[in-house]
Amino acid sequence: MPPTDTTPEDSSPEVPVSKGKPKGEAKSSAVPLKKGESTAPGIVFEKVVKRFGSNVVLRELDFTVAPGERVTLIGPSGSGKTTILRLLMTLERLNSGVIRVGDRPLSHMDKGGKLVPANEKHLHEMRKQVGMVFQQFNLFPNMNVLRNLTEGPVHVLGKSKDEAAEKARELLDLVGLGDKENAHPTQLSGGQQQRVAIARAMEPRVLLLDEVTSALDPELVVGVQDLLRDIARESDLTILCVTHEMHFAKDISDRVLMFDQGQIVEEGPPEQIFGEPSEQRTRDFLQAVLAS
Amino acid sequence: MTWDWTYTGEILPDLLNGLRVTIVATVLGYLLALVLGLVWTLLRRSPITLVSQTTRWVVEFIRSTPLLVQLFFIFYVFPSFGLTLGPLTAGIIGLGLHYSAYTSEVYRAGIADVPRGQWEATVALNLPKSRVWLDVILPQAVRKVVPTLGNYLIAMFKDSPLLLAINVAEMLGAAYHIGAETLKFLEPITVVGLLFVVVSVVSSILVRRLERRYATY
Repeated sequence: MPPTDTTPEDSSPEVPVSKGKPKGEAKSSAVPLKKGESTAPGIVFEKVVKRFGSNVVLRELDFTVAPGERVTLIGPSGSGKTTILRLLMTLERLNSGVIRVGDRPLSHMDKGGKLVPANEKHLHEMRKQVGMVFQQFNLFPNMNVLRNLTEGPVHVLGKSKDEAAEKARELLDLVGLGDKENAHPTQLSGGQQQRVAIARAMEPRVLLLDEVTSALDPELVVGVQDLLRDIARESDLTILCVTHEMHFAKDISDRVLMFDQGQIVEEGPPEQIFGEPSEQRTRDFLQAVLAS
Repeated sequence: MTWDWTYTGEILPDLLNGLRVTIVATVLGYLLALVLGLVWTLLRRSPITLVSQTTRWVVEFIRSTPLLVQLFFIFYVFPSFGLTLGPLTAGIIGLGLHYSAYTSEVYRAGIADVPRGQWEATVALNLPKSRVWLDVILPQAVRKVVPTLGNYLIAMFKDSPLLLAINVAEMLGAAYHIGAETLKFLEPITVVGLLFVVVSVVSSILVRRLERRYATY
């Protein structure tokens, strides 16, 4: 196990989240989001194992994310970071162990005191709490921007079209694309598409960010990062972020987890991990990233 | 042998009437093929192995037997099972069923072509299965295969003279009867050929236009 001094005790909703982040230069949010103590669910991984064939990607992984905490996962390719996000989004099934979101197991159900693999209904309930932004945006190209944002709320949460559209417009204003609701994704730049994707993933209370700027042209990266800095600063979402952009990771994280070969090598506040990493593997990784 | 324009003028209304039947059979058969092909595709994706495998073999069977045999079966054999169909109805069902085996493959390819990220986004958005298919996957899959589906419409149109074998009064049948009565085949058969060319060319242009329209969102 890695050092636990910075690991939150549990996932109780009472854990306050301090956010002493440097202020970015981004435009201020159009929609004020809740600040203060988070009502977002926390996350617990208990002895999680994930294999792809004979390749063990996660080895009995344990870690906890407090409600409203912002955690960045760093580490070399193939270290299992993205798999963690994909497990949380139920895009992959775990081989053993338990993942909890809030106080409920994510992909298991309690049946007579025993945990059994969840059925589709349970997964559907649990997914309502989790949203994900993908590296390749994955917007629906056959729908305009507004419909991309309302599709989920209308068909999953049962909101009326008007209600969903109103919320979607607020979110579009927040990401600075208030004038693009009728555009199709192909008419937008990569950065704009990713902003729409971020807006689309903000309905749930847990936000997963999977290398969201790596597919963007360099000049578009800053805008998206600034938006996410704003969201991290202003909202109380629980955020798990996989990124290779170390400055960005430093800005938005409460805690950084360094992964290698499916296990946590080192964890701590960003200042510690990026300033004085104690593990050689972390130092090697950071050096390699900075050199690239 | 000389071309008789007066005779051509006299037989043209009958041939155009035949063309109307040909077009009706093709269009209705095509709609049936579009719907049935989609049904086959979705059944083939069923998690129940019995359903998916049975569908696979049914589709394979339909594709491996000639259209003419299927038409004969529907028109001449079905009555022994108590199902008697008019020639045109039997013809539409035969064309639709036969081509559904091909459209099914086309849909399958279109669906396989939808990027994995689109499926993953539907999971991330927690969309119910019906919306995944109706709002996300099928609109994208069908758009990609519009040209291929269009080509099958033209192929089906050119296969429609086979309906002559089960007494559908389509264009070639009309021409054959006129020829048999007057013993003059040059004009009716030539006109039928020309009408086929005209309709095929016009259809190709429409398909290409459709293709261009659906090429981008």
